[in-house]
Amino acid sequence: MEEKLIYKKPDSLNELKTHYCPGCGHGIVHKLIAEVMDELEIREESIVVAPVGCSVLIYDYLNCDGIESAHGRAPAVATGVKRVHPDKIVISYQGDGDLLAIGAGETIHAANRGENITVIFVNNAIYGMTGGQMAPTTMPEQITKTTPYGRNTDDVGFPIRACELVNTLVAPFYIERTSVHDVKHIIKTKKAIKKALLNQKEGKGYSFVEVLSTCNVGWGVSPIKANKWVETAMIPYYPLGVFREEKEKV
Amino acid sequence: MSKTVLMKGNEALAESAIRAGCTHYFGYPITPQNEIPAYMAKEMPGRGGCFLQAESEIAAINMVFGASGAGARTMTSTSSPGMSLKQEGLSYLAGAELPCVVVNMMRGGPGLGGIAGSQADYFQATRGGGNGDYRSIVLAPGNVQELADLTVDAFELADKYRMVVTILGDGYLGQMSEPVVLPEPTLKSVDKPWAVSGNKGRKPNKVMSLRLSPEDYLEKHNIHLQELYSGVENSETRAEQYMTEDAEYIIVSYGTSSRISRKAVKALREEGVKVGLFRPVTLWPYPMKELNELAGKVKKVLTVEMSAGQMLEDVKVAVNGKADVDFYGKMGGAVPESAEIIKIIKGYR
Repeated sequence: MEEKLIYKKPDSLNELKTHYCPGCGHGIVHKLIAEVMDELEIREESIVVAPVGCSVLIYDYLNCDGIESAHGRAPAVATGVKRVHPDKIVISYQGDGDLLAIGAGETIHAANRGENITVIFVNNAIYGMTGGQMAPTTMPEQITKTTPYGRNTDDVGFPIRACELVNTLVAPFYIERTSVHDVKHIIKTKKAIKKALLNQKEGKGYSFVEVLSTCNVGWGVSPIKANKWVETAMIPYYPLGVFREEKEKV
Repeated sequence: MSKTVLMKGNEALAESAIRAGCTHYFGYPITPQNEIPAYMAKEMPGRGGCFLQAESEIAAINMVFGASGAGARTMTSTSSPGMSLKQEGLSYLAGAELPCVVVNMMRGGPGLGGIAGSQADYFQATRGGGNGDYRSIVLAPGNVQELADLTVDAFELADKYRMVVTILGDGYLGQMSEPVVLPEPTLKSVDKPWAVSGNKGRKPNKVMSLRLSPEDYLEKHNIHLQELYSGVENSETRAEQYMTEDAEYIIVSYGTSSRISRKAVKALREEGVKVGLFRPVTLWPYPMKELNELAGKVKKVLTVEMSAGQMLEDVKVAVNGKADVDFYGKMGGAVPESAEIIKIIKGYR
């Protein structure tokens, strides 16, 4: 019987062992981006902006040009790159602390300008790299290193919903929230990333994909429990779906 | 040859930047340098460049990081409080060896301070306010013509060494109008094979300051940076000497305060006092050797600054005990007076 290759590592992904903890969602999201880059044949046109946080080394894993950014400044760096190379694909890959805490200003204003870039926002409700502190998206009552008694919303407020926030702006073209906690949602996430990158290729403008992900190590649970927690705790607070598919008419 | 035009310092700088091939300008409004972004906003779109008003000084310097990493000649401009905010970006630019030009038209501090010109950011500019062992080249223009000329040099030096070049002016210099011959536009493009542009036909490029791997470890990178900086120190110091040949006393001063010092030198010479002016044009690298040689021939060195005495420290290092070093400074936007300088110098006799 002749063997037929039906699945292989995408060319846009380097043959490397990642530094991610077993059960972490970053590896899945990296692979989805790489698969989409292969499918859209944009690997050699792409420039990935690496954030500060767990995914700081994304430029090592993706087989394309990469540029570092200071913590939270990825949308500003992406803006600079895109303004020099408007015909290239610029991806700003960010975590929750990066995008919504220290970089909230850069996030809002890049979105508000309608920069023709793609922002992939991996929301795992915690600071993973620094050992598990409270993020802007940490859930009420969630225990972290800096909320040892659980996130007290009377004291530090409620988690920020990024898609809803960006959706108040006029300029963004496409906003969707997805999840990678199970296969069905991973497939949906890939579709969203593909749409976001296609939008950029076609010059349609700013695309924002929030991906709910897991940090089982930071959360202190098993990978299986972590996936369950995304479903039972995060999704009810962070509803999945498309928030916008075209520029708002003013 | 361009003809002489009357131009404000800030505008002459902006026009010279465009002529030097600056294609991407990012900035945030702050007095007293607002003529620079206004000029860029007006001129860039029609001349194939990009002007973008950023949401903050921090965003502006990080846009510069992105544009520089993508291979463009790029610039941002600000004044003192804004410069404080840019320090993070400057450290990252230095770490990633990205060339760019940063303008600081200094105003009085600390804090919000005032909007009048000052020279109180000398430490910040020459020592670097960001984290890590890094240096930036610092150019100190003394008049509008030099603002124009040094802007061109700044872009050349930035690309030559892949370093941040700071043009350290002050509010007075930015706001004053003087006749200026603008530089001829440069047409040559600089090859930047390290920039990100999509990796068609080559291996992927990575622009970063993070160094974790053993073959590319941080100490090695720092040694490389220090070697680069040594090269700059050996070949790029610049200073002007005015009436120093037979001087018994010298004034060391840069930028706006050097203009006042020059006036004092002229007046004192008319009275037969042998005094000269040593004016550093590069503040980093500081013209240590030149000043040290000169100090060996004089009785006294007077440092004049619009600060509490910041360049004074470099002057002392340069003079290295060869002559007495005195200081006259004004702070918070106040300007040294030539009459006072004359009085101090006469007091040495």
